Amino acid sequence: MNIWKLRIETFFHYIDLIKELVSKDLKLKYRRSVLGYLWSILNPLLIMIIMTMVFSRMFDRNIENYAVYLLIGRTIFEFVNNSTSQAMISIRTNYALIKKVYIPKYVFPLAKITSGMVDCVFSLGALLIVMIFTKTPVSPYLLLFPFVVLQAYIFSCGLGMFLGQAVVFFRDIQYIYKAFTTAWMYLTPIFYPLEQLPEKLQWVVVYLNPLYSYITQFRVLVIDRAMPETWMIVSGFVWAIVMLLFGMITFKRSQDRFILYI
Amino acid sequence: MADNIIEINDLTIRFNLASEKIDNIKEYFIKLIKRQLLFQEFLAIDDFSLNIKRGESWALVGVNGSGKSTLLKAISGIMKPYKGTIKVNGTIAPMIELGAGFDANLTARENIYLNGLILGHSKKFMEEHFDSIVEFAEIEKFLDSPIKNFSSGMKARLGFAVATMVNPDILICDEVLAVGDAKFKKKCQERMKEMLSGGTTLIFVSHNIDQVKELCDHAAWIEKGHLIQAGEVNEVCDAYTKSLNL
Repeated sequence: MNIWKLRIETFFHYIDLIKELVSKDLKLKYRRSVLGYLWSILNPLLIMIIMTMVFSRMFDRNIENYAVYLLIGRTIFEFVNNSTSQAMISIRTNYALIKKVYIPKYVFPLAKITSGMVDCVFSLGALLIVMIFTKTPVSPYLLLFPFVVLQAYIFSCGLGMFLGQAVVFFRDIQYIYKAFTTAWMYLTPIFYPLEQLPEKLQWVVVYLNPLYSYITQFRVLVIDRAMPETWMIVSGFVWAIVMLLFGMITFKRSQDRFILYI
Repeated sequence: MADNIIEINDLTIRFNLASEKIDNIKEYFIKLIKRQLLFQEFLAIDDFSLNIKRGESWALVGVNGSGKSTLLKAISGIMKPYKGTIKVNGTIAPMIELGAGFDANLTARENIYLNGLILGHSKKFMEEHFDSIVEFAEIEKFLDSPIKNFSSGMKARLGFAVATMVNPDILICDEVLAVGDAKFKKKCQERMKEMLSGGTTLIFVSHNIDQVKELCDHAAWIEKGHLIQAGEVNEVCDAYTKSLNL
């Protein structure tokens, strides 16, 4: 029992450090660029415009409000993809520090995922702009979006910790993960409707791809202005928590050996 | 009798030799099939025991690669013991490398906060001590320029200031005073003496025997991970220097 109390105390002790690392990431990301933080909004907006021009004709009949549909899918996917890729290399890039000072090592992946989440919330500004332009009606359900982001955040923390420790021992995982996320992107209905897929594949996407759950929940809140189905929320949280536990256990098992391999 | 602040019992620390590092899956399976997956181990510290009492100042002496830095890392908690135990009763301020947590693109101001938090202080604590750090490091004019424009001496000053602003129970110092000009070295030594008289325990690694004799009252001579001799500083240092001249 005592060890858990100690662990939780240590975590709270280092929360200031996590905050500082997050603010460092955000500061450095746009330092010396004229538009600064605006890029977090402009970037997804520009990509959305291009992708809408390319794809909206293809799927127009099936999807109402394509721009919003696409933007939500991309925002969530990019958050999970970018933040886990960053967390994956966070242990390796901070090796100098890990060798010289004692810090709980999980702060590095955690900080990367957290800065990804803050960036993701900024970029929701783009969604707001598009909603205004396309005259999408707004409902109170929109305010529930933090619960969806939270699920994606917990999921990413787990995945990021798993990848972060695995890469220390096997550098190959960096390259495998890149290919993996490309496949993941195409197996997530970001720019196409789910119905476009063959039925068997639909089953795989719905039940085995947590990102489908997060993106769909978000779309239901914004586009359908309704509560997502209960089973979808439950499955989203179950995925997130199982992944978090998996990440924590694998990380804990190997963290003492990091110093021998980095 | 003063209590032991650090107790090291039968400590062994294992290293993985870099040449045998397997960091990709292909090699892993090849080695697995060839049954060569044995970790080629190297004992950096081998069966080492030492008790350090509160308020003492210890120097670790020995030739390069004898395991001094590894021992410091083990005391700081960076490396975990393979066998044996280390018990530390108190807070540690590690100076294994000054400014290890500095980010070159951040300004000095931002780096002071970041480095302090890395050392385990709270943000509030850093705000309270910010001015005294800046004053000690003498960098008022450059507070808002990125640290990549700093000279190595300036970085060392800043790192030393952040690391020593608290009064820790144990100060660990690994040859960090090699950089910096004479004036700064003197200032650092004075700061360390001040901390010593305040009851801080010092563990000091240096190849400068004069400095060792000036700062420390005890010394431990390490060779190839084994403790050769431990005791009063002059005695151990003289024996060590004698062995080098052979």
